[in-house]
Amino acid sequence: METVVELSGVVAVLSSFPALAGIDLAVQRGEIVLLHGPNGAGKTSVLRVCAGLLPIERGEGSVMGVNLRTQRESVRERVGLLGHSNGLYLELTVAQNVAFWASAVGASSQEVALAMQQMKIDGRLADIKASQLSAGQRRRCALASLMVRRASLWLLDEPHAGLDTAGQDEFDAILRTAVNSGATVIFASHETQRSRSLATRVIRVEGGLISGGES
Amino acid sequence: MTTTQTTATPATQKLGIATTLALIFLLFSGLIFSAEDVVQGSTVRIMYVHVPSIWVAYLAFALTAICSAVYLSNRSRSLIWDRFAGAAAEIGVLFVAVSLVTGSLWGRLTWGTFWVWDARLTSTAFLFITYVGYLAVRRLGGTFRQRARRSAVMALLAVLEIPLVHFSVNLWRTLHQKASIADPNAKVKLDGFMLFTLFWGLISFTMLFVWLLIHRQRLMALEDAVQDQGLDLAIQQRRTEAGR
Amino acid sequence: MTSRMQTARRVSVAVARKDLRIEWNSKVLLNQVAPFSLVIMIMFAFALDNEGILQRVAPGLLWLATLFSMLVIVQRSFAVETADGALDALRVAGTEPVGIFIGKSLALMVQLFALELMLLAIALVLYTVEPTAMGYAETFATMAVATIGLGFVGTLYGGLGAGARGRETLLPLLLLPAVAPVLIGATRATEAAFGSGGAQSSEGWPWIGLLAVFAGVFGAVGALAFGPMIEE
Repeated sequence: METVVELSGVVAVLSSFPALAGIDLAVQRGEIVLLHGPNGAGKTSVLRVCAGLLPIERGEGSVMGVNLRTQRESVRERVGLLGHSNGLYLELTVAQNVAFWASAVGASSQEVALAMQQMKIDGRLADIKASQLSAGQRRRCALASLMVRRASLWLLDEPHAGLDTAGQDEFDAILRTAVNSGATVIFASHETQRSRSLATRVIRVEGGLISGGES
Repeated sequence: MTTTQTTATPATQKLGIATTLALIFLLFSGLIFSAEDVVQGSTVRIMYVHVPSIWVAYLAFALTAICSAVYLSNRSRSLIWDRFAGAAAEIGVLFVAVSLVTGSLWGRLTWGTFWVWDARLTSTAFLFITYVGYLAVRRLGGTFRQRARRSAVMALLAVLEIPLVHFSVNLWRTLHQKASIADPNAKVKLDGFMLFTLFWGLISFTMLFVWLLIHRQRLMALEDAVQDQGLDLAIQQRRTEAGR
Repeated sequence: MTSRMQTARRVSVAVARKDLRIEWNSKVLLNQVAPFSLVIMIMFAFALDNEGILQRVAPGLLWLATLFSMLVIVQRSFAVETADGALDALRVAGTEPVGIFIGKSLALMVQLFALELMLLAIALVLYTVEPTAMGYAETFATMAVATIGLGFVGTLYGGLGAGARGRETLLPLLLLPAVAPVLIGATRATEAAFGSGGAQSSEGWPWIGLLAVFAGVFGAVGALAFGPMIEE
């Protein structure tokens, strides 16, 4: 099996606080890994390290064969990150937001149409400014923007937050499709009931370390 | 820790003593032994502080630029270059301030005003502001490497900015006095001993700069080490959250 | 290498269109920044309180008002990026920083140029400036070249402020000294164009040359330095 993410003894620092205190993690291609744990455990930091956003202070890490210490910038084009914030431009409409992300990464208009259709933000919602959307609708818009990225590693922070049950189902289906076509997913969540059924592996993060796991 | 930490080594202690003696001699030489100027009288004595100060400031900012460039080009990204760059910039800001103050005091006595919008004065003021900005960027926080990279880029931008400012200010105002030694119109005739005092000032201020620079760099290294130890401790604490 | 350049070009076009569309949707430049610069121009008149002096110093006031307004536009330009973590998303999307830099610079230039045209009109009316036809040509040339430089340098330093909170206040300290050559060059060139204080219109072109050098230098260096600036 192909190892997509490999972290060993990774320490990552936010200002002077060690968000990750020497974490070891290996994720194989095709896995859907759930990270759960208390607030401030370091789940978000794991995702940001894997996305090449947060530099590694100590230890070693690689994502898809790219060394996170020396060339973390070059890992970014192959990962898709959905953080706490949605990465939307609040003064643009839904359609303009998705279209911008599509043109920034060179996706076609068919892909845009498909993503918007799948996240059910086409039609009436498309011409509404992002600032006027509900939290769940913004999340849908962000997910549609993420879908046009065609990432091979999906890093999702609370992807279900704000979505209604139908939206969560739709999103889970999209994730499974992506994984079937060769993608890998790491996601952080509290909502363990739904999340556990989606995940192929569950890992507990606590105090900036992996404190337990099950397959 | 039981032993008292100090940033001094035998070598820097000797340098410190030598610098102190050199500065004391400069004091006597500049204030008592050297003659008054025919035209400017005792005012000319300000020069013995003013000229060495701006010399040290230029030296310091050049060092900041060089160390920043070395930091960025060096594969190992050794933080010692970042610390030397930062230490030099701090000392440079101090000495450019000294030279601005002494310069405007001299101007008050000679020209009757503290400030004239002369090309050199104006671009020196910009030099001061630019490096105050650089020091502010150094204090933005983050990890050592973030600080180092960000401030190295800023230092190189400053190197770019200063000639542009200097050139445009020069184009703007080119009518005032040139450097005193070179320009006979400035009506300063330096006799042999005055010239000696001036060079003595340059030497002793350079010694002072080197001495301050080494100590400041070591102090920064200690500060970084304290923060690093703090990180070790914080990692330990963080791990206990996980029950290990 | 060419594919990186293509990516950078695609990103810059997308970012520039996006920034201009945000302005089109929100009208912040029109409804807030433009009135702000109008107020500055009026306040100058209160402070100086002499029509002869106003006419003489109109070029300087025009460019001062431009620079103050630019601070606001630059802050706004990066506030939209950080409001909902879009800059993070842009970085993760593997978009070339050069593309972001050029795109945001272009959008800033368009907005600045529109603002300068408005300020010129205000100066004509309020400060009773009367340039010749040649003077107008020189004024527009000055504006074009100065705006390119300001767009690059504003975006470069604005990026530094985008990383974290508490950096916005640093922007004026870093940006204003850096644009001093533009203030000097553009003011002298505009004085020549307006004939302020008896200046000849031929005196302006060397200053426009200085502005061009400034634009070229900061365009090239900004393309290199912007990436490290927006990194954490």
